[in-house]
Amino acid sequence: MLQVAILTILLYAFWVLMSGFFTPFLLAAGFGCALLVAWLAHRMEVVDREGHPFHLTWAALAYWPWLVKEILKSAIDVARVILDPALPATPTVVRFRPRQRSVVGLVTHANSITLTPGTLSIEVGRDEFMVHAFTREGAAATVDSDMDRRVERFEGSA
Amino acid sequence: MSLALEALSWILIVSGSLFCVTGALGLVRLRGFYTRTHAASLVDSAGAGLLLAGLLLQAGWTLVAVKLVMIGLLIFFTSPAATHALANAALARGLAPDAEGEGVPSKR
Amino acid sequence: MFAVAAVALLVALGLALVRAVGGPTVFDRALAGNAIGTLALLMLAVLGFLTGRPEFLDLAILYGLLNIVGTIAVLKFFRFGNLGDPGEEEAGR
Repeated sequence: MLQVAILTILLYAFWVLMSGFFTPFLLAAGFGCALLVAWLAHRMEVVDREGHPFHLTWAALAYWPWLVKEILKSAIDVARVILDPALPATPTVVRFRPRQRSVVGLVTHANSITLTPGTLSIEVGRDEFMVHAFTREGAAATVDSDMDRRVERFEGSA
Repeated sequence: MSLALEALSWILIVSGSLFCVTGALGLVRLRGFYTRTHAASLVDSAGAGLLLAGLLLQAGWTLVAVKLVMIGLLIFFTSPAATHALANAALARGLAPDAEGEGVPSKR
Repeated sequence: MFAVAAVALLVALGLALVRAVGGPTVFDRALAGNAIGTLALLMLAVLGFLTGRPEFLDLAILYGLLNIVGTIAVLKFFRFGNLGDPGEEEAGR
């Protein structure tokens, strides 16, 4: 129920900020729409701790800056390979077992891998990730990585 | 707006544009589907992120800035899902990953 | 200076279009289509600043929302031949 309440508030904030008009009618209509959408989502049974992990907000705010830094670092690496006339790409496939146990943690890890240029999660399972890397070094850095440990801490901080 | 903020904004916009062009260039130059996805993710994460951050500094504290943040979050959450779906669909369809060998042994 | 970003995005769009036309597999085309979607979204945002009309940002948000749905729909269509099929994993439930 807490999730439904937070979802309603977020939807309403989204409406108000997108519209940019603050007349009483539009504010009321927006709240009605937010309530309706939240109720429909509740009926569809998609509002739960897994689909709307609001309890991870603070952990996410701590994890994202680190992720942005990683994205920029690997983006420069990939750009350097693409702009090199010799095109020294060494595509490599690697399989490994992730440390996370919860679905949210696994998805966060897989999305972080894909979001970082140079690594791409092809197949994601509870026991095994299949990752395609742009370079051999990138593949080696994906296995048992700092990211893996950070996401494990991230999901554990709930 | 202060000069430093203005300069930082332009640096972000220009570097974001450069990442977009580099990513698109990689899309054309690289060989093999899976290798090309890395070039596309250069556009999706680095290019889009830096460009939107630069525009965000230009917008200042307005509703425009809020919308830019929304666009950024939208790309942040959906682009890895779309790229993963693409790669997974290609694998399910039997397109073998282009690799020079499974060089790294998996740790168990 | 916004014009510089707009020109860079146009060049990038052209390059992505080369890959979309060239293929060779359907996944290459879908990948290029996805990249074109992201680049068009950025183009709309930059155009909004270039012409001083922030309404373009609303179009950019809409474009971003449609982009992922479009990519997933195209992938599903090419995998199953229609959009009504629930897919392999769910069929076994």
